[in-house]
Amino acid sequence: MLIGAGTEFSVTIRKQEVENIVEASSRALGLRVIKGGRVAVSYSSDFTPDALTQFVADTVERAAISDVDEAAGLPDEGYGQVDPATLNLLDPDIEDMDGDRAIELARRCEQAGFDADSRISNSGGAGYGYNTGLRVLVNTRGFSGISRGSGCSLSVELMADDADGKKQNDYWYTADRFFKNLESPESVGKKAAERAVRKIGARKVPTREVPVVWDPMVSRTLIGLLARSASGELLYRRSSFFLDMEGQQIGSPLLNVVDDPLMPGKLGTRSFDGEGLISKKNELFREGTFVQFLLDTYTARKTGRASTHSAVRGVGGTPSVGTSNLLLLPGSSTPGEIIASVSDGLYLTELLGFGDNLTTGDFSRGAAGLWIENGQLSYPVSEINVSGNLKDMIRDIEMVGNDIDYRSSTVAPTILMKRLMVSGL
Amino acid sequence: MGSPSPQLSDYSAESARALFRTRYGVDERVLTELLEVALGRGGDYADLYFEHRQTSSIAFEESKVKTAGGGITQGLGVRVLSGDSTGYAYTEDLSLESMRQAAATAAKICDRQDKVGPVDIAEATGPDRYRIQKPSIEIPSAEKLAIIRRADEAARAYDPSITRVNISFVEEVKHVMVATSDGRLMADFQPMLRFNVQCLSEVGNSRQTAVDGGGGRLGMEYFVDHPPEAIARNAARQAVTLQKGVEAPAGYIPVVLSAGESGILLHEAVGHGLEADFNRKKTSNYSDRVGQPVASELCTVIDDGTINHSRGTINVDDEGNVAKKNVLIENGVLQGYLQDRISAKHFGVEASGNGRRESFRHYPMPRMTNTYMLPGESTPEEIIKSVKKGLYAKAFSGGQVNISKGDFVFSVTEGYLIEDGEVTHPVKNVNIIGNGPDTLSKVTMVGNDFELSDGRWTCGKDGQSVPVGVGMPTVLVSGITVGGTQR
Repeated sequence: MLIGAGTEFSVTIRKQEVENIVEASSRALGLRVIKGGRVAVSYSSDFTPDALTQFVADTVERAAISDVDEAAGLPDEGYGQVDPATLNLLDPDIEDMDGDRAIELARRCEQAGFDADSRISNSGGAGYGYNTGLRVLVNTRGFSGISRGSGCSLSVELMADDADGKKQNDYWYTADRFFKNLESPESVGKKAAERAVRKIGARKVPTREVPVVWDPMVSRTLIGLLARSASGELLYRRSSFFLDMEGQQIGSPLLNVVDDPLMPGKLGTRSFDGEGLISKKNELFREGTFVQFLLDTYTARKTGRASTHSAVRGVGGTPSVGTSNLLLLPGSSTPGEIIASVSDGLYLTELLGFGDNLTTGDFSRGAAGLWIENGQLSYPVSEINVSGNLKDMIRDIEMVGNDIDYRSSTVAPTILMKRLMVSGL
Repeated sequence: MGSPSPQLSDYSAESARALFRTRYGVDERVLTELLEVALGRGGDYADLYFEHRQTSSIAFEESKVKTAGGGITQGLGVRVLSGDSTGYAYTEDLSLESMRQAAATAAKICDRQDKVGPVDIAEATGPDRYRIQKPSIEIPSAEKLAIIRRADEAARAYDPSITRVNISFVEEVKHVMVATSDGRLMADFQPMLRFNVQCLSEVGNSRQTAVDGGGGRLGMEYFVDHPPEAIARNAARQAVTLQKGVEAPAGYIPVVLSAGESGILLHEAVGHGLEADFNRKKTSNYSDRVGQPVASELCTVIDDGTINHSRGTINVDDEGNVAKKNVLIENGVLQGYLQDRISAKHFGVEASGNGRRESFRHYPMPRMTNTYMLPGESTPEEIIKSVKKGLYAKAFSGGQVNISKGDFVFSVTEGYLIEDGEVTHPVKNVNIIGNGPDTLSKVTMVGNDFELSDGRWTCGKDGQSVPVGVGMPTVLVSGITVGGTQR
């Protein structure tokens, strides 16, 4: 059984005027019943005693709909939790923020963007928000875990006018479990402005294969796709392009990817997984070798392996495989050195769409960025696609940056990929 | 299944009002009191959104029911407007005390002394566009399992290479009620059914997956016109076809969009950019362009919340306004925007019935319902014949748009090369990118074969998901950038 409860508070302003203030607390309960190998899940937010009694009875009854599944069931071993005190999950002061201070932060952030460049003509809004959460997981094997956490973020989207009524927009944000670790509002606003302004005059480019430098804003998308492809669910469904590749050197020697729930204070840090198994660090790639799939108890049983303690669980569903802090480990090059190494290629800053096929590895997405000429960022490009196959793409990683910024639970530095098809004109 | 669910003999707006009145004691006196608390610090307007939502789901895999799921949520969202500022709070606890507290929290957006007078509420009635005999959630699971098994068998029988079939059957019944400080009380009963089949085809070491599905605001009667076997075979056929897929072309080429699902192009290229919030803030590339040409003369684009039983249809929107059929673009000229209350007031127009929200935890904003293009004169055959070298795009997995720039993408999961006017080889999955007004100006032929896509689309905006519909005749776009790997 999983209980989730939390509070949320957020303020958005636009052109210095308050747009929205949202404040609420909520709670919900999820129940998974496994009866003779038959599985049912239910959720409810009605905590009155009569409703709860009925809820449990209904869930047990619901299990009769399911067929017997030999692999269903609670974990047999591995239960435990890392001492939350060592993980820094909760900012005890986060709820001290009042509405006026939050509005002030958002206003400073947006104003810094307008002040940074006179070509910034409009704003999509700036916002500050925080949330706190409590999770309680108990099961009939005797596990009981409680975890409290917090998160907060400050963001702004800014626009500059371009030809034909187009507006070039971009955003920046800072996020952390602790308010004190956020980037300053002025820095967030300035970065959003710089990113928007450098897109003015963006054009299409001729279709051809070129080297591509991935900005951290997009390299983390790539790492996320690798982790999803390494999910035990795609393994037992025989639907991952990583099938039969464990232990093989399939990526560049610079490719080191880990999923690490134990990093103190980071957004994906947790003390136990979605089934109550103690958190542990897992390698996905070591120097280009695909180490293992990420598994929860079900997918481990389906494939005759052991759980990697990678279960995630929402209140309404069954546990499934997910990541905690997913990292492409930094390399030794600076982003500047990486860009300087390219004489003619694309600096990719934006991906659009969902054109990925994890069964085949085919990758095709809309994109925008800047063209690199003779090692320098030269002019903005947009309305292009980038396409390739993930198998080739991970082999073609030629440089990995030393820049890593823990603003989300999936992070990666700047990388250089030998070639991708860029389609434009 | 026994009951925390409402036991109601009739499913309608009236049953929604009755549910909140009898089960939670929300009568007119309570509504009036909550609205007065919400306006207690001088807001200009307040509304209350009550929601009771029950879901049920069956996940079927390896020819077995893997998981039976379901649940109930109920709650109240309170919104207070002060000028263009919104205060919002919600609660899952429908006790009077918690509801009062939510109203008081939302009221904090204002700090004025001029209290608003008492509110008189009058019940209004909306249309009835998805009346059904009985929601499927009330039907014994054996009937649903029979449907699922028929699909499973049909997919496996389609081709020996189909080795895995995953099927999901998801149902929802939602009762909603909106009370506003300008005195309106609207309620609705909103059923939803969604059926999905995913197939894996394995030939040696080559594996391909494909999905098909559908549904709408319907009960089991959905399957009368949509036999589960047909959905399953279509998913299986796509997976098998992909086994023969060649590298897709890369570059700026003509694309023929087939009737139905291609409406996703309109949703991305036009629909989002015409949501009035972006235009009120002038952050859309369509801002200040009403009355101007934004597409070829062949294009008439409509957002229509009134199509009976369609996934995107609503009797009333989540601000209590009756849904409408709104012409967005007529013969290429921009007519207007999709409005919610705040934007309609800003533009001095009537609300267009597009104020929607994901749940009581979210405030409403302008959203699409069913978005489609009216048919033209050409036959699909002559459209394909007119293309020497291009792509024929038939099925899609989704899309996205950058509102400010107007750049949009959509991902083709079933596509074919067109060579010398003939549809030839299937291609691998590929992304297409265009720019809204530019791409729409390159619509050079429109077919006479309009089709509404079967109901499987969900639209995301600012973290809120709502069900939508799309539709399209066969269309030729004379040039757009296709993101394959073959020059």
